Amino acid sequence: MTLLMIIVTSALINNVVLNQFLGLCSFLGVSKQIKTSASLGAAVIFVMTIASAVANLLYTFVLDPLGLSYLQTIVFILVIAALVQVVEMFLKKAMPALHSALGIYLPLITTNCAVLGVALNNVTDGYNFIESVICGFGTAVGFTLAIVLLAGIRERLESNDNVPKAFQGAPLVLLSAALMAIAFCGFSGLA
Amino acid sequence: MNPYVERIYNGIVKENPVFIMMLGMCPALAVTTSATNGFGMGMSTMAVLIMSNLIISLLRKIIPDQVRLPAYIVIVASLVTVVQLLIQAYIPVLYSALGIYIPLIVVNCIILGRAEAYAAKNPPLLSVMDGVGMGLGFTVGLTILGLLRELFGAGTAFGIQIMPDAYQPIAVLTQAPGAFLVLALIIAVMNAFSIKTAANDKVEGCDGCCATCQQKCADEKKEGETV
Repeated sequence: MTLLMIIVTSALINNVVLNQFLGLCSFLGVSKQIKTSASLGAAVIFVMTIASAVANLLYTFVLDPLGLSYLQTIVFILVIAALVQVVEMFLKKAMPALHSALGIYLPLITTNCAVLGVALNNVTDGYNFIESVICGFGTAVGFTLAIVLLAGIRERLESNDNVPKAFQGAPLVLLSAALMAIAFCGFSGLA
Repeated sequence: MNPYVERIYNGIVKENPVFIMMLGMCPALAVTTSATNGFGMGMSTMAVLIMSNLIISLLRKIIPDQVRLPAYIVIVASLVTVVQLLIQAYIPVLYSALGIYIPLIVVNCIILGRAEAYAAKNPPLLSVMDGVGMGLGFTVGLTILGLLRELFGAGTAFGIQIMPDAYQPIAVLTQAPGAFLVLALIIAVMNAFSIKTAANDKVEGCDGCCATCQQKCADEKKEGETV
């Protein structure tokens, strides 16, 4: 039951983009088409779940016993950067089909602050291994949900010529995001 | 203009990281629930930026080109850890208000962006002034965002009641959706006055803050040409 609650909280209530403002670069930049945004979302789910697991193992078995928890920021960012490289190489060799679908998005994720954010949050919240993995997965699902929904809205807005000139481009996208964020506020009653 | 003064002007006005360059949007939207928080975040980022610009500029002839990004990340992450521990020790109120966004200064595009674009190519003193200018620009941007949200969302500025009692605060502005709303309106005003902002390129996906995104965009453009 708690695990289910962690998924709901991380995916909907504390949505990583709309509530915590992490990963905004790719949220705004890669949300023009549903197809590409869904691929990015899949890549994020993949990386974030693995990164949460690795970060948790590192923290529990290396940093914490040695009293080095203040090094977590440095260690996590380097591990995530290296991990993305390893995942990319592994996919290229073992699953070429998956690699060609997700390939170009993997390097993008290295600098996605959401991945580091989840790893740090898991430590702050004191989650154990299973809870960390579930939280990483849930957060990534929330990211995918938000970016695909925004892409859906933007695909429909594309054909609309009646938008005032000043609101064309970024303001319209940000306003759509604001309305989505208001809608997601409704989930806070679930907790 | 004196090159040192020019750096400051450049950071605050010409290439303002928040409104013109649209860098570091995650903290810009997340922590600006009040002017004080925005100011605190701006100052923390500025401290990291000045030190990282200085160190990277001093080491610019020693760091090999191929491993420069990991090297920069280690330098920035160490500085962020120092700043985080200092804030935790001396300003606990700010520490609990900014929370996870302090360690996340590491992945703030401004820091690595300035390292790549300026500190890696220029002498230490100029790089420090660049850090001061960009840091002040970021602080000014965050404080303005925070001030607008606090003023209309709670009727206060830096915690002091400003609006008359009859004013009904728009509470949503101090919550998450308000950040998107206020930024959208600011960019709309800038569009109306034809002030060029990178925000519009950003939503097209071709002004990523990181080297990899720009590489991806360059590749896509090339592919488009060959097809």
